[in-house]
Amino acid sequence: MLARLSKYRWQYVMILPAVVLLFLFSYIPMAGIQVAFKDFHIGGTIWNSPWVGLENFSFLQDDQFWIVVKNTIWIALLKFIFGFPAPIILALLINEVRNNAFKRFVQSVSYLPHFFSWIVVAYILQSLLTLDGGLVNQLIVNMGGDPVFFLGSTEWFRPMIVASGLWKEVGWNTILYLAAITTIDPQLYEAAKVEGAGRLAQIRHITLPGMMPTIAIVLILSMPSLIAVGMDQIYPLMNPANQPVADVLDTYILRSGLQQGYFGMATAIGLLSSVISLILVLVTNQLARKFNGEGLW
Amino acid sequence: MVSSRFGDYFFKFFVYLILTIVLLVTFLPFWNILVLSLNSAEDTVRGGVYLWPRAWTLDSYNQILKDSEIMNGLWVTVKRTVIGAPLSVLVITMLAYPLSRRNLVGRKGWNLYFVFTMYFAGGLIPYYMVLKALNMIDTFSVFILPSLMNVFYMIIVRTFMEGLPYEIEESAKVDGANDLTIFFRIVLPLTTPVLATVGLFQAIGHWNSWFDSYAFTYSSDLKTLQAVLVKILSQFQTGSMVSQTQMLANSAKRNAVSSDTIRMAATMVATLPIVLVYPFLQKYFVKGMTLGAVKS
Repeated sequence: MLARLSKYRWQYVMILPAVVLLFLFSYIPMAGIQVAFKDFHIGGTIWNSPWVGLENFSFLQDDQFWIVVKNTIWIALLKFIFGFPAPIILALLINEVRNNAFKRFVQSVSYLPHFFSWIVVAYILQSLLTLDGGLVNQLIVNMGGDPVFFLGSTEWFRPMIVASGLWKEVGWNTILYLAAITTIDPQLYEAAKVEGAGRLAQIRHITLPGMMPTIAIVLILSMPSLIAVGMDQIYPLMNPANQPVADVLDTYILRSGLQQGYFGMATAIGLLSSVISLILVLVTNQLARKFNGEGLW
Repeated sequence: MVSSRFGDYFFKFFVYLILTIVLLVTFLPFWNILVLSLNSAEDTVRGGVYLWPRAWTLDSYNQILKDSEIMNGLWVTVKRTVIGAPLSVLVITMLAYPLSRRNLVGRKGWNLYFVFTMYFAGGLIPYYMVLKALNMIDTFSVFILPSLMNVFYMIIVRTFMEGLPYEIEESAKVDGANDLTIFFRIVLPLTTPVLATVGLFQAIGHWNSWFDSYAFTYSSDLKTLQAVLVKILSQFQTGSMVSQTQMLANSAKRNAVSSDTIRMAATMVATLPIVLVYPFLQKYFVKGMTLGAVKS
């Protein structure tokens, strides 16, 4: 054992930076979760603050907290319902294009927004949806409607989040599906053509079944991050007018913790959401084991 | 037979129609901002500028060049990207290599140590306290150190390295090379494509990140470009909240119009570098994405 350790000593030197970095920035914060059960004030440390039991969890009786939970679940569900099938459909459509130049062009353009920041997305939305001269409101007026104040409206906030999320990520999310489609045996399509199957029938009986394993994997992998609804996306678009529906767990933690100084409570809420994510991971892993024969790890 | 052929033509038409709409919807918003940023502010207020500038001018870009806040943000962003991305590639690769070899003692345990952090985290507040205890709050290091390590990208690199043949290393070992020499002389050159991919992803991550600058720095000379953009946006939103309600009541028209085109130009400064390098690097991004998924 020692001989092996010394023989491969350079390997330990090589992993050392990463080990230290994760210890500092991932594992110590995990130990810091104890602040959820302590009375922490600026100037104190994680370790010397007094224990207060479950006092910091009194937010569970706060109506505001439950509104935030409801908002988080709403956005998570809507993003999933629209965001999950959309790239599958787009991949099927792209796959039907026989003209390679057009196909590549569609792929290139649709991947691009993935690389823009959410701040830029917020700016684009702002410019498109603004009341004075925004493209969308101009269209609405031209068609005889009344302009809508999308950015400050509680009804339009969720659709706006779902639509801008689709705009940014749908193309990028087709990559795995398109890769899966290329592994489908071309002879299957030949045989189907001989049988007289049209394009739609080929999609239904060959392409879609061929994509199924990938669809299952993507579904499984998307579960753990389900309630991480994307602070990056929501925060720049949140304002006093839409806050009643826009406030989600992450923004609530940021505001009550870093901005208002309720460190214990914010940590407790963070702990709650971490635990929910972990449960989602474990459940998903069990399901994956059952259906795939192999878990995530 | 005939009806199925007619159906196929109809289907083909439908596919091209939908994809063309997708193309337009993806591209036009971006194009619209570019056009507005190149149009004169006074002309833009008259409305109707969508697909082509009516009164060309580079005024807003000139004003951005004179705006010290935005220029400083740009400088901080460039610095963190140029320093952070290559360093993180080094850290990630140095970890991925031993983890891809079978002879690392306790390999399973180490893997668990790293992968566990993907699924559980202490949360924002404890993380903030650690940064504070390390005296990293309001310093440049907060942009670099925490992002040096990224488990997901490490898995991509490890997967790639697992595919490298062992024989090359064995023969180098016979010649007396140690693990470090093998890593730098043999493994790194063979891994370049995937390193480029991971480096690019990290570079884009640095370029686009705003939250660390927003939440963990106070000094204005440490604000990244995206963080400056967030600030301008929130100022604008508070301002427009008032004026938009006025607009609804059909009263006074906004007068702070010139700021509109400047915001568009700032957006372009934040996106154009990405748009310009993207065509050349697209294949690396796609490769990285599929490699990462093979494993997971």
